[in-house]
Amino acid sequence: MSANVKRPRRPITFGRVTTYLLLIIAAAFFLIPVYMLLITGFKSYQEVSLSRMWLPPENFSLESFSKAWFGSKSEGFRGLSGNFFNSIWLTVPASLLSAFIGSVNGYVFSKWKFKGSNVLFAMMLFGMFIPYQSILIPLVRVLQWITQFTGPLQKGIAAWNLGGGLAWFPPWLSQFIPAYGTIGGLILVHVIYGLPIATLVFKNYYSSIPTDLVEAGMIDGAGIIGIYRHILFPISIPGFVVVLIWQFTSIWNDFLFGVIITSNPTVQPVTVALNNLAGSYIVEWNVQMAGALLAALPTLLIYILLSRYFVRGLMAGSLKG
Amino acid sequence: MKSKFWFMIVALLVAASMLLTACQPAAPAVEPAAEEPVAEEPAAEEPAAEEPVAEEPAAEEPAEKSAVEIFSWWTAGGEAEGLNGMFKIYGEMYPDVEIINATVAGGAGTNAKAVLATRLAGGDPPDSFQVHAGLEVEKYSPADYLEPIDDMFDASVFPADLLTMLEYEGHYWSMPVNIHRSNVLWYNKTVFEEQGLEVPMTKEEFFTVAEALQGAGIIPVAMGTKDGWEAGHVFEGMLAATMGAEGYRGLWDGTVSWEDPRVTEALEYFLATMEYVNDDNAALTWDGAGEYFIENKAAMMIMGDWTAGWFASKAYSDYGWSATPGSNGIFVGLSDSFALPKGAPNEANAKAWLEVCGSKEGQEAFNPAKGSICARTDCDNEAFKVVPETYEYLTSAAEAWSTESIVPSVMHGAAAYESWTTEFKDAIALFASTGDVAGTQMTLQALCVDAGVCQ
Amino acid sequence: MRNIKKDKILAILLISPTLLAMLVFIYGFIGFTGYASLSNWKTLKLDFTFVGLENYVRLFKNPRFIIDLKNTLTFTVFFLVSTILIGFLLAVLLEQKVKGESVFRNIFLFPMAISFVVTGVIWRWLLAPGTTETGPLGVNFLFSKLGLEFLQSGWYTDPSIGIRAVVIAAAWQMAGYIMALYLAGMRAIPEEMKEAARVDGATEFDIYRYIIIPLLQPITLSAVIILGHISLKIFDLVVAMTGPGVGFSTDVPALFMFDTTFRGNRFAQGSAIAMVLLLMVAVLVVPYLILTNKEEVVR
Repeated sequence: MSANVKRPRRPITFGRVTTYLLLIIAAAFFLIPVYMLLITGFKSYQEVSLSRMWLPPENFSLESFSKAWFGSKSEGFRGLSGNFFNSIWLTVPASLLSAFIGSVNGYVFSKWKFKGSNVLFAMMLFGMFIPYQSILIPLVRVLQWITQFTGPLQKGIAAWNLGGGLAWFPPWLSQFIPAYGTIGGLILVHVIYGLPIATLVFKNYYSSIPTDLVEAGMIDGAGIIGIYRHILFPISIPGFVVVLIWQFTSIWNDFLFGVIITSNPTVQPVTVALNNLAGSYIVEWNVQMAGALLAALPTLLIYILLSRYFVRGLMAGSLKG
Repeated sequence: MKSKFWFMIVALLVAASMLLTACQPAAPAVEPAAEEPVAEEPAAEEPAAEEPVAEEPAAEEPAEKSAVEIFSWWTAGGEAEGLNGMFKIYGEMYPDVEIINATVAGGAGTNAKAVLATRLAGGDPPDSFQVHAGLEVEKYSPADYLEPIDDMFDASVFPADLLTMLEYEGHYWSMPVNIHRSNVLWYNKTVFEEQGLEVPMTKEEFFTVAEALQGAGIIPVAMGTKDGWEAGHVFEGMLAATMGAEGYRGLWDGTVSWEDPRVTEALEYFLATMEYVNDDNAALTWDGAGEYFIENKAAMMIMGDWTAGWFASKAYSDYGWSATPGSNGIFVGLSDSFALPKGAPNEANAKAWLEVCGSKEGQEAFNPAKGSICARTDCDNEAFKVVPETYEYLTSAAEAWSTESIVPSVMHGAAAYESWTTEFKDAIALFASTGDVAGTQMTLQALCVDAGVCQ
Repeated sequence: MRNIKKDKILAILLISPTLLAMLVFIYGFIGFTGYASLSNWKTLKLDFTFVGLENYVRLFKNPRFIIDLKNTLTFTVFFLVSTILIGFLLAVLLEQKVKGESVFRNIFLFPMAISFVVTGVIWRWLLAPGTTETGPLGVNFLFSKLGLEFLQSGWYTDPSIGIRAVVIAAAWQMAGYIMALYLAGMRAIPEEMKEAARVDGATEFDIYRYIIIPLLQPITLSAVIILGHISLKIFDLVVAMTGPGVGFSTDVPALFMFDTTFRGNRFAQGSAIAMVLLLMVAVLVVPYLILTNKEEVVR
């Protein structure tokens, strides 16, 4: 088919109408809770009540948002702002790292099967079903053991005196050293526990890519790494999109590891700060919802950024020859 | 291309964020002494002070910059304000100590307890942590993980009943800051007036009033059971009502059997009450149900006295209070306290903190904001005027605290080990849906035996 | 000239960090949990005195646990089926070259960005039934306004519905991601394949049935594994939305485990619950994996 054929105008068939109708109903189902989230965030605490849940606020006030973000000196709670960037330093490296390692793993498990690789893969998947709450104590122990070695390294880096404008750099860098109580430790944990799913998605993705491609590469003289670098990695984008969306979301929204591994409030991710907007007997729902929206924004941004990669025909060109 | 544009935006954002964190001004707080540092890289703003310390990793913490890490679940609302009030006092007394406010929210400390257990078991304790006064302390294996603080107690200012509650294995392990009352009956003045009803003082009066209200189309008792502990909370007040103070205490120390007919009476009291509770109680938290109360759609509520603080935050004041019908004269109390772990990194600072907690100034700063009363008996009523909405209730509660019989609350960690409390909570929650009085009573007795208290 | 042996060695080397991490952080910990479940660990201090299967016996005698197991089964089945179906349908709809596809896509994906805790609270409000005295709340209220009273129900306050109400919230949260998975998979299917089938006289329906769905089978497997693993561990959503529920009708093992471990201090019992969950997974998932493995080898 020549590329110059004009796409015919789509007729308004019953099928098209139903499609749009279904999509709109689905959108409504998906948006109703978001509406609830939004209007609650704009209300004052006194207005928040179950009997008035559907009603929009009488006065749209940004007070809950500012309280959620900046915290409240008088009411004694930290807002989200202090911990927001901790989450960024955590989630971006951890997602990228786990996606990359997962992609390499998926590549090996799908294209370079060796004896027992399927068993190993199945065991990897099976292992991820362990509930994390039951492994907290051994996890902390193992991390503390690792910290024996990495702790001095961390202190050493933080002590570098780069002087003047770059003085902030060494301490910032040192937080990435994996140790109990640092962002680095959290990154390590999240990467490890994110690997099974990342590997799974990539294995499936690469499985659907015909082996002719790999064989073509081998004929051209490339080895295992060369094939990955030059052939598979460039066309892995949809796989990365899917894995990054998952990893970013689950790491950004994680609470349990964040609160257990990093106990110093200045180091904790934003989910802990979000959780702390609640009081022990009373929860100010307007502030909580406003905070939830603020905390969800980066993830939403990632979705919007990444979902443009659901393009068609990424594979189209690669099958020829 | 559009995607290039987006990438530029993201790159700019990342760069901006890096710059922002580098240029963070030191602690933007007005009261630097009481404020924990807000910066993400603690060393960035004070490179001069930190680096000499970091260069000699083996050296002691310099005397000028020590810290104290206080772990609690007081994260928002009045409780956080109250905690801040105490931090301020501490800060004034010890200006060189950095206060690290480590908090983990989650109703009644469920999340916090998970973190605490992991930290204590992992050998990384905070300097002081929040624990309910009473037998809840058992879960932290005091002999292994806590330091006794017997010498910090001035027996003349703490009521004898409270000291009995605090004692475990011959020592005191935590310093009580406040007292809450569990068995409070809140009633809606407007509704009662309109219906021409009197506040019920006995169980019989309670049911008469409830019948009348139900007939008039008003929810007699507003209750929210979503979190699972509320049923047990309401029940313990009824248990106090039918058993009396002595009998109630006897249940928890093994001198009274759970097969006592008065326990049966309490179970039946609870079951009958559930007939008069809003049908959607499983969908609501206690304050969600409280909204029916505020909107004059419900007439009564049985809930602890943090409710007064909640009413204030909702700008509602048209309520009166009494005790869970039948338990007048009995103060079912619970208390928040701070403990001292073994091997606390800054033990001296922690002890100083406990002293602030137990001091008159500390408690007067904390309690009005929190909406509770002092554990000490010598607090000044005047101090409670800072929060005028709760002044009336709190002063009357303080009066009750010093005159009524005090018994420990079970749902809030005072009367029993937490393992027992958790299973008790489950038994009552199940009872609320099965209505099996005999079976539940047997279970309650079995639980007591399991806990090693009953024979 | 490629060197097969060198490549095979490199292959193993490439995945060895992952394997090492799995060994320590997953299987090592599973071993720890397993051993703890056979011990008498009831205090903060590690106590590994061996008591055999006592914890398991005690667990299975506990009415709450039995209800929890039933709930998990119900939840998993309803959750998997509904989320996969909805996700697939949404992907099919979006494949139809609709205008504003990216807007719809982002709408469907957005719920996943919200943390489970907040989802739980919102859906708790939405599905709060209201009372006879004060009138309906939430969606019941909406239904009454739209004249759809027959759709009203007690939702999670009704023990006969119980955890299936939680499925609604969970499906809302995850369907978008499953849609994304299917969409990516569908778009990897070369257009030529579909064109060839059309030329041969196949209807769109046939194309789906005989080409697309079979090719998407690995994605369905991934979806089952991802969703299954969420459903077995589901905790935040249930705590925020319904708590244990009336007669434990919305209780799940993860909740019980949290309660018993960190409130009750019964670490051994908590570990036993974790092991039972793992065993359940083993019974369901392992045969399935072996089956699909065999198929792959045959292919």
